[in-house]
Amino acid sequence: MIESGGDASSLLREHVLAAIAGKIPVNIIGSGSKTFYGRPAQGEPLEVAQHHGVISYEPTELVITARCGTRLADIEAVLADRGQMLAFEPPYFGPDATLGGVVATGLSGPRRPYAGAVRDVVLGVKMLNGHGEILKFGGEVMKNVAGFDVSRLMAGALGTLGVILDISMKVSPRPEAETTLIFFMTPDAALAQMNRWAGQNLPLSAACFDGEAVRIRLSGAQTAIASVRQKLGGDALPDDEAGSFWADVREQRLGFFQDETPLWRLSLSSAAAQPDLPGAWFIDWGGALRWLKTGQPAETVFQTAHALGGHACRFRSPMGGEFQPLSVGLEKLHRNIKQAFDPHGIFNAGRLYKGW
Amino acid sequence: MYVLTMLQLLEPTPMNHSEHPAEHIAHSADKAAFLRQISQFLESGNMLSEPEAMRPYECDGMAAYQVLPWLVVLPETIEQAQGVLQLCHQYGVPVVARGAGTGLSGGALPVANGVLLSLAKFTRILKIDPGNRSACVQPGVPNLAVSEAAAPFGLYYAPDPSSQIACTIGGNVAENSGGVHCLKYGLTVHNLLALKILTIDGELISLGGAGLDSAGYDLPAVLTGSEGLLGVIVEVTLKLLPLPETVSTLLAVFAGIEQAGEAVTAIIGAGLLPAGLEMMDNLAIRAAEAFVHAGYPVEAAALVLCEMDGMAVQVAADLARAQAILLANGATEVRQAQSEAGRKKFWAGRKAAFPAVGRLSPDYYCMDGTIPRKRLAEVLRGIAALSEEFGLAVANVFHAGDGNLHPLILYDANQPGELARAEEFGGKILQLCVASGGTITGEHGVGMEKINQMCVQFSGAELRQFHALKAAFDPRGLLNPGKAIPSLPRCAEFGALHVHHGHAPHPGLDRF
Ligand SMILES: Cc1cc2nc3c(=O)[nH]c(=O)nc-3n(C[C@H](O)[C@H](O)[C@H](O)COP(=O)(O)OP(=O)(O)OC[C@H]3O[C@@H](n4cnc5c(N)ncnc54)[C@H](O)[C@@H]3O)c2cc1C
Repeated sequence: MIESGGDASSLLREHVLAAIAGKIPVNIIGSGSKTFYGRPAQGEPLEVAQHHGVISYEPTELVITARCGTRLADIEAVLADRGQMLAFEPPYFGPDATLGGVVATGLSGPRRPYAGAVRDVVLGVKMLNGHGEILKFGGEVMKNVAGFDVSRLMAGALGTLGVILDISMKVSPRPEAETTLIFFMTPDAALAQMNRWAGQNLPLSAACFDGEAVRIRLSGAQTAIASVRQKLGGDALPDDEAGSFWADVREQRLGFFQDETPLWRLSLSSAAAQPDLPGAWFIDWGGALRWLKTGQPAETVFQTAHALGGHACRFRSPMGGEFQPLSVGLEKLHRNIKQAFDPHGIFNAGRLYKGW
Repeated sequence: MYVLTMLQLLEPTPMNHSEHPAEHIAHSADKAAFLRQISQFLESGNMLSEPEAMRPYECDGMAAYQVLPWLVVLPETIEQAQGVLQLCHQYGVPVVARGAGTGLSGGALPVANGVLLSLAKFTRILKIDPGNRSACVQPGVPNLAVSEAAAPFGLYYAPDPSSQIACTIGGNVAENSGGVHCLKYGLTVHNLLALKILTIDGELISLGGAGLDSAGYDLPAVLTGSEGLLGVIVEVTLKLLPLPETVSTLLAVFAGIEQAGEAVTAIIGAGLLPAGLEMMDNLAIRAAEAFVHAGYPVEAAALVLCEMDGMAVQVAADLARAQAILLANGATEVRQAQSEAGRKKFWAGRKAAFPAVGRLSPDYYCMDGTIPRKRLAEVLRGIAALSEEFGLAVANVFHAGDGNLHPLILYDANQPGELARAEEFGGKILQLCVASGGTITGEHGVGMEKINQMCVQFSGAELRQFHALKAAFDPRGLLNPGKAIPSLPRCAEFGALHVHHGHAPHPGLDRF
């Protein structure tokens, strides 16, 4: 069960110390599966895949601890053996995607609105900060309020605050059964319907709209799913088709995503009306995540998302990634936090925002 | 009104806490001049400076610690709170934010030369958005009021600390509070969408957003559990959930506490996710039974409450499995509540456990550690041995599903030396938690109470990182100084700075 793997923390620490001494920024790389995401980081590559292996896994504690370079596929296989899973359904975007990259990018799949995001299951991290110190925050227990929640801060920070070495995460039992239902409707009706369902006692675990049909996934006891099917109607997808459909949503393999037009990710309130932006849409997370293919200028998309209280990011584009500009106050806080962890500006400079 | 009962039961005896000189923020502001400036934008009734008027603010739920503040202010608007912070920032005056003051670790304990900033007047529910299933509220809104306001829409706010009739949402965020249902629904951090905070210089900043994530760093997560050290929370947007269609509760009786622990592990191991999974030991059972007559089996070594909620069909399936597991793991009896009244009765004892234990003894000291569930039996044996050693009884109440222990140490502050023994006993329990791979606080926070134990759990470098993060928000350290994160000199004196991870904490540690 416990794979010893490789503990390369001392080696990585030496690299970081050398980088600090030489003032040479580093670009932290797991397998490179998500380099397209965000802005290009400056610096010498710092390969962390050598720091890999599951350190501990206690199915009855619902906790797994693994090194950052551990392949996501290996982790999911270990969990599946014991009937468990990572509830946030992480996207791979490459066969060798690593756990560190999953946490650093903070991306979650279709189950996210119903089971939480990466940051919701991170219980603890061991990390290397910009002084080359190895620090441990959080732990392997579900509830822990000793000190600031640095572990969750690492989720989605895109490696700009340090090298995540080890990660402890909460895992979840796999549902006894799953079914996907399909309902054809218009975009407005789809948003209203997905939100109506989310406000009811339904065992939802995914809900998306591809422009023509809403597909929802139900997870739970066999009997519960049968009763919901009766209540909602709709057509059930065959199991293998349903499985590959949600994997294709997660990995962006659907036809919608096979395109050269810049792909935008808009995070909005789930019931927000479709933004007035020209382009093609794919709605996930029951409405809280909107994928948009558009040639509109970045400012237009950012302004629209901002006006709706959400944010946007240019997710895939020949022009590279770009995140929603921060307010003046937020930007100052971000720079201060970066300074607090990485005073010499060593880690993934420019990956999140220009200039730091 | 058991919250009040409990607070009354806590005999206000000064405990062994003190401000550390390295954590003292000196200033030379003139109080009269300061008051004059505040009075330009705050009504006179909303600023208190006479000792008698400030008395109600001298402690929080950790009533054994008391300090009179320099001033108490109760702003009613964000602009007024900004004005107060700007003045404090200008004169270098420390600020302690306060919600309802139900915190159990002295987080809202005033600083003698500082302003106590009460958010008690921020009590408006700004918006219930049924379409997006969210609530936007001011920080002084009591936890339960959110669920009450959401109920007409078939929605509720899941985190339910036992203090929920009194504790505020701002305090919940500042402590990352949990409740008996957090095993399934998560802590405050999992149910939070957005925040508005005031930084120490009075700047209003929005964190998070309308969606499920936001650009840049996850600052709502950083603010959650930050105990008033990073900013003053002035608005909170919370996630609401549909009210469960069915709720059903089992009460399982055990002749041995270890079996009860194993049954809890078996339930989780079987892939069940109860809404609540609680456990009480014999002393807690007897105390609760004597107090509320919940029909608890007073001879039992332990009882487990297991609650399932959701769709009726799902609940029926889960209950049947849980019942079988409880019986297979040695439960001598498993009762199922037959009505809503019966279910409430099951919970009445558990929810009144603190005040019930308070009736057994002149004083008690509530601990809050979390351990990996599998170490439960071992840690309980350790606590029992310590109880013998210190000659003080202990009643154990747990959020067993997530390994969060609340040992209640019984003592009598009027007996010379007992208070010090209780504190030392408590400190040992926390060290036992850390040594078992757990933490010194699951949900009550560090505050002033556990500031020394932080030196046991974290290394000097980690503490320095915490201080650097605090400085990113509050460079002069004016917000809640001396709480939550100990200074390095304090730890050096406490003698517990632990440098190497993975090792049991300092074995030679015998001071507190
Ligand atoms: C009988 C009883 C039962 C309890 N049960 C539970 C339980 O089941 N689970 C649990 O988790 N806790 C429990 N508690 C502890 C307590 O109720 C929680 O910690 C609660 O969240 C505190 O809220 P409060 O409004 O009283 O905050 P306070 O005690 O006033 O303050 C707590 C901390 O938050 C800071 N703070 C408060 N408001 C703000 C703000 N607006 N901005 C910034 N900082 C702020 C304060 O400075 C302080 O550090 C219980 C307490 C009692 C007395």
